[in-house]
Amino acid sequence: MPDAIDLLVLGAGPAGAAAALAAAEHGARTVMVDEALAPGGQVYRAPPMDHRQLGQRALEPEHRDGEALRRRLQCSGVEVATRHRVWSLLPGFRVHAIGPAGHRAWVARAVVLATGTTERVVPFPGWTTPGVIGLAAATILLKSQGAVPGERVVVAGCGPLLAAVGAGLVKAGRAPVAVVDLAGRGEWLRALPAMAARPDLVRRGLGWLAALRRAGVPLLSGHGVVAVEGDTRVTAVRIAPVASDGTPRAERVARRLEADALVIGHGLVPATEATRLLEADHRFVADAGGWIPVLDDDCATSVAGLFAAGDGSGLAGAAAARLQGEIAGLAAARHLGQLDEGRYQHTVAPLRQGLARARRFGQAMARLTAPRPAMVGTIAADTVVCRCEDVTRAEIETAIASGAREMNQLKAWTRCGMGPCQGRMCAETAASLLARHVGGREAAGQWTARAPLRPLPLADMVGEFGYDDIPMPEPAPP
Amino acid sequence: MSTRIETEIARPDTVTIEVDGRPLSAHPGESLAVALLAAGIRALRASPRAGGARGAFCFMGACQECVVTVDGRRVTSCLEPVRAGMRVRLGLG
Ligand SMILES: Cc1cc2nc3c(=O)[nH]c(=O)nc-3n(C[C@H](O)[C@H](O)[C@H](O)COP(=O)(O)OP(=O)(O)OC[C@H]3O[C@@H](n4cnc5c(N)ncnc54)[C@H](O)[C@@H]3O)c2cc1C
Repeated sequence: MPDAIDLLVLGAGPAGAAAALAAAEHGARTVMVDEALAPGGQVYRAPPMDHRQLGQRALEPEHRDGEALRRRLQCSGVEVATRHRVWSLLPGFRVHAIGPAGHRAWVARAVVLATGTTERVVPFPGWTTPGVIGLAAATILLKSQGAVPGERVVVAGCGPLLAAVGAGLVKAGRAPVAVVDLAGRGEWLRALPAMAARPDLVRRGLGWLAALRRAGVPLLSGHGVVAVEGDTRVTAVRIAPVASDGTPRAERVARRLEADALVIGHGLVPATEATRLLEADHRFVADAGGWIPVLDDDCATSVAGLFAAGDGSGLAGAAAARLQGEIAGLAAARHLGQLDEGRYQHTVAPLRQGLARARRFGQAMARLTAPRPAMVGTIAADTVVCRCEDVTRAEIETAIASGAREMNQLKAWTRCGMGPCQGRMCAETAASLLARHVGGREAAGQWTARAPLRPLPLADMVGEFGYDDIPMPEPAPP
Repeated sequence: MSTRIETEIARPDTVTIEVDGRPLSAHPGESLAVALLAAGIRALRASPRAGGARGAFCFMGACQECVVTVDGRRVTSCLEPVRAGMRVRLGLG
């Protein structure tokens, strides 16, 4: 039988944790679920059990903030269910998760979704070769696992994580072969005015750049990766200057860098599978990372009792995620009748002001990583777009030429997005390819989300299920 | 040189796990994908249609490229903590 609770928070990053703490403080019976080993989300990722961060690493602001957050959660009334992946959410709200000890289910009167992001990587020949990893992925390796992806690493893509990862590698004693930035100086200059809102973060960014310079790492701005060489492992990375449409020009390969690993990322994409599954309204905002749920000032979605916060509802960075999460948690408490209108308005007013400030910086950073639609145009015909099902660009173009006009048709015709990643790695590329033919991303639409949101081992389904646990649509009212 | 950074993290003593029948030393609690990387094992499986070599990619449990079999269960190795005696089978076969 599912546990009856007031509030379920999905995601234990800065947004989800702030929401859960705020709601629990006002008496809401709150469960927060996350598939990671410990709460903290991506930016405050904890080191593994019985591992201890040393020296400089232990002094990093994210590490300290993360440890403080985990301590606050421990002394709070929030029940934290880590290592549980939520695979189904039904109206009402019935939430199903699978964890190390099997199946769990909850019935919650309100839900806050704080599901964060996944990484966008625009395909190029060789991007599936072992040794090519995401840029955000590299922050996990460095920060939480104390590991590097290789001996000779090229760092490429766009946005502030480039310098962060590059400097992290220098500090680890493995200075990267090069840092390759799609953005030219102009793009960074345009972001400057908004950056003034967070002088502390600007100082940190300049510190990363100085560390790279001191280590003699070439910083190639206005360049991008056109191919990776190697079959079962990376042997070299080919890079070229970026043309005026923002895409690297394969015909003008400037350098071939010998390397055994490539770290590459083209921005983050809000994880909307849960808001899609619950059929909340969405809109497409390129600068916010893509499709995001429509929210009002109280973080409420178009579905009553369903709230969303953090980067999963539009990219704005960790500081904004925390403030927005707190607003969502308070709004959920108000919805539950545990916080009256007067106190709610009084408490959220300063949070909204802080959020506006935090967003100015976060959104300027997000703009540096906004999708560059021309990039998908340069993907070679035989390059794999859907990693799970090995669907190439040519197969996608054939389906479009034969009449696929929106994302669900494209999926049915090509199997692109049908594999175990549930389309999380290929949706952005497939949608951008389709958008070129149907008049834009809005027209191309989104994949309909379906349970299970995460792959379920069949044995878990069979072994752990009672009849009551099987998600069934509500019967129609008589 | 190891892909583990020794100066930044103190790890518990190593234990032995089994990878495709061969013993491998790894630190309990660390990500299995990280332990495999440190042993120079990068190709973890073959893609189903074209048979191309694949390895850990997103390190956050999303992409499923790092799926291996541990004690008979399919798991994302990036999120799977190392435990003494765990039996790992790579999906290259
Ligand atoms: C891999 C990665 C690394 C990053 N590294 C940095 C960094 O070093 N510095 C920085 O400033 N920003 C980083 N970011 C950006 C980061 O997203 C934000 O700054 C911040 O963490 C956003 O907070 P959030 O609470 O919105 O989401 P997150 O911190 O992403 O938290 C979302 C949580 O939801 C959980 N979740 C989602 N869906 C499910 C489900 N179905 N079942 C169970 N759990 C689920 C995830 O496990 C995750 O812990 C990174 C992003 C990614 C994707």
